[in-house]
Amino acid sequence: MTFNKSLLIPLGVFALMVVFLALGFGLKDPRLLPSVLIDKPFPKFELEDLRQPGRLRTIADISGEVSLVNVWATWCFNCLIEHPELLRISRETDVPLYGVNYNDDNAKALSWLARHENPYEFSIVDDKGTLAIDLGVYGAPETFVLDANGVIRFRHVGPVTPEVWRQTLLPVVEHLQGMSDG
Amino acid sequence: MVRVLMAIMLVTSVNCFAAIDAYPFPDEQLQQRYNGLIDELRCPQCLNTNLAGSDAMIAQDLRREVHRMLLDGDTDDEILSFMYERYGDFILYRPRLGGGTLVLWLGPLLLLMLAAIAWFRLARAKPKVLEISSDEQARLDKLFVEGDS
Repeated sequence: MTFNKSLLIPLGVFALMVVFLALGFGLKDPRLLPSVLIDKPFPKFELEDLRQPGRLRTIADISGEVSLVNVWATWCFNCLIEHPELLRISRETDVPLYGVNYNDDNAKALSWLARHENPYEFSIVDDKGTLAIDLGVYGAPETFVLDANGVIRFRHVGPVTPEVWRQTLLPVVEHLQGMSDG
Repeated sequence: MVRVLMAIMLVTSVNCFAAIDAYPFPDEQLQQRYNGLIDELRCPQCLNTNLAGSDAMIAQDLRREVHRMLLDGDTDDEILSFMYERYGDFILYRPRLGGGTLVLWLGPLLLLMLAAIAWFRLARAKPKVLEISSDEQARLDKLFVEGDS
């Protein structure tokens, strides 16, 4: 029987699909959603300050310089993991760090901060999760890097470990600070 | 037997639907649109569950948001766009056309066209007539006779 070369075509198509699917499923974590908010202004909000009930915080309170916005909650286990690093960042750098207390209970949140120390300039009470929805947040912790104009320039999903800070967030922050200085 | 099976299935089936939030709607039509929307939106926290079927916190929040927007008089399109602007392609079970989703939409069509071309070429190719010897013909006849009886 003679060998029919066209028989190789399905095999080739199959190999192509294997490569395509391997790229799609294998290489990246499917849990990490690409953010559509990069390079968009931080969503408008008017929410209460966690430590000063009655005081409303708005976008004006967090813009003006390159800053970090961290979405946290007492029910979030990974928030505890990143907490020491957040404390270190707030102590050792001059980048302002703001908290968004997401779907939480104020009393619990306050005692959590008292127990683990407070790394935030202030935390915004987002007990209905509306700001989180505007931010496209689907879990906690998440950390956003904002430029001086209050535009979201980077988003990190998951805990901020020392490696994440050194290798990912700090370069972004320094780049943005260089841009606003120059 | 069927009854036994059904009984077993009834007892062992896991209730995979989320706790039903009691969202009142003034009319049946809004309720149906709500059901349709939470059926079509994917829970961002889960890899493959829609908002209707998820108990995740974010799914609860988004269901509340859909309910609120429906009562505010938003159209289905506005609600889907609202979600899309925040969560991207992932949240729509029927992703929008463009960019990275082009392959998803056009890929099957492309494959179908390839298949059509292949089929067309195969159909046009002249079938080869195989010559068989008289010995083979005799064997063939014998097989047919045996097969019939």
